[in-house]
Amino acid sequence: MTLEWQVFLTDDGGGRTYLEWLLQAWGWTLGVALAAWCVAIPCGALIGVLRTLEGSRVLPRIGQAWVELFRNIPLLVQIFLWYFVLPKLFPVMQQFSSFWLVVMALGLFTSARIAEQFRAGIESLPKGQRYAGKALGFKTWQLYWYVLLPAALRVILPPLTSESMNLLKNSSVAFAVSITELTMFAMQAQEETSRGIEIYLAVTVLYAISALSVNRLLAQVEVRLRIPGQQSSVRPSITAGH
Amino acid sequence: MRIFQKTPLSVCAAMVAVGLSWGAGTAFAQSNDTLAKVKASGEITMGVRDSSGALSYTLGDGKYVGFHIEVCQKIIANAEKAVGKKLETKFVSVTSQNRIPLVQNGTVDIECGSTTNNAARQKDVSFALTTYVEEVRIAVKANSGITSINQLNGKNVATTTGTTSVQILRKHERASGVDFKEVYGKDHAESFLLLESGRADAFVMDGQILAGNIALSKSPADYKIVGEVLSVEPIAIMLRKDDAGFKKVADDTIREMAKSGDLAKSYDKWFVQPIPPKNTRVGLPSSETTRATWANPNDKPMEDYAKK
Repeated sequence: MTLEWQVFLTDDGGGRTYLEWLLQAWGWTLGVALAAWCVAIPCGALIGVLRTLEGSRVLPRIGQAWVELFRNIPLLVQIFLWYFVLPKLFPVMQQFSSFWLVVMALGLFTSARIAEQFRAGIESLPKGQRYAGKALGFKTWQLYWYVLLPAALRVILPPLTSESMNLLKNSSVAFAVSITELTMFAMQAQEETSRGIEIYLAVTVLYAISALSVNRLLAQVEVRLRIPGQQSSVRPSITAGH
Repeated sequence: MRIFQKTPLSVCAAMVAVGLSWGAGTAFAQSNDTLAKVKASGEITMGVRDSSGALSYTLGDGKYVGFHIEVCQKIIANAEKAVGKKLETKFVSVTSQNRIPLVQNGTVDIECGSTTNNAARQKDVSFALTTYVEEVRIAVKANSGITSINQLNGKNVATTTGTTSVQILRKHERASGVDFKEVYGKDHAESFLLLESGRADAFVMDGQILAGNIALSKSPADYKIVGEVLSVEPIAIMLRKDDAGFKKVADDTIREMAKSGDLAKSYDKWFVQPIPPKNTRVGLPSSETTRATWANPNDKPMEDYAKK
């Protein structure tokens, strides 16, 4: 069984080669992932912070409702809800392109998981941090912005890296709502050229490269943000306890 | 950089290489003699579709019916005579993506769905004599006033991922300069939903799939199949490549059915008369091209039809 890699240089009937189409599809995948990431991180951070607020009874409940809603429904079902059901309920949404609907669906699904990671990160900090900040007269938002979140961020970065890679891989469900990204390219090109192995190998390699790049990028961020002497450093610290 | 030294790229490459050679090994391990295989095991596996119009569809509960399934059952009956023992038929539901690999690797012995016979696919599988010639048409809402593909400039056109219609639309767009926006459904039912809900102004697909979906919709009178024929495709039953014995059984069966008129009667039963489960009619009488193929049975690929 020989692999015919030159299939990528053949014309697909529309004046572009399969290689060009592959790269365009890769662009769509990265676009969906990046836009969804930009939705997921702020929303996730906000909801995670809401869940850890101590002064209010309503806000943590709102955060919990958000997380439960977006975590308990499968991603594909959420995407169909955004694409088919919501535009029926709110006709104004029929104008939105499927790209933005998928970005919202993927972003909010991931934001629930990121919210839980932020919550875990903030709760892992010693209680004394919060009380010391209050004793110094910080308002709640200052407390989070200057004291809690910077420390929590270093703790959260490893799971956040995982979540970002998951987001990139989950972008493949966008094919179900007509986004011409890598998975749709794989299915369609395989049908047209009958060279499934070459097509799927190329798509797999591109997904792997994308996910690995996200991983390495965030690993670099982790290294740069590391605070010397903190528990969150990779090398075990020889300073005993604290 | 130190970080990349730690990444086991060489391990990944080795795993891919092992996986490929293993795949190549199993591909060659299959014998292409279907008759010997079914004689030894006593069963034959039929690949079927869940919703390919009237050619092959499911009634639920693991029951599959349709025009091609009926033809396949006659082929299997003749295969039983050829091997001299009773064969049990197993049904395996296939999709556009996996039908060819499953036939190639031996999971499916005969695929009875809606597969187009074209030159690219003939490199991997072989086809029995063509039983149905499909014409790719356009379905629109009856009140939209669209009658031709040229009126679709700037509109949304739905088609199903993983079908030949996607490529046809792409070629047509390039050739005629009509610019429309393509919307992809992941299967025929979803593509029809796109037309029904108004997200798409037209649904381009094989005529019998259009007719089948319209017949099963909530209000069939709301839709029309319009426009010129965008592509002529011979649809045939798929078999393993280089399997002369089984192909002869299949071809002889189809030739005999065509001569005796059984093929036309079967077509009528599925495409014109009411069919289960809802006793709706597809309402698509056989086209001239289809009848011409029955009169002169052949297994010419799609490219030969386009040349005419």
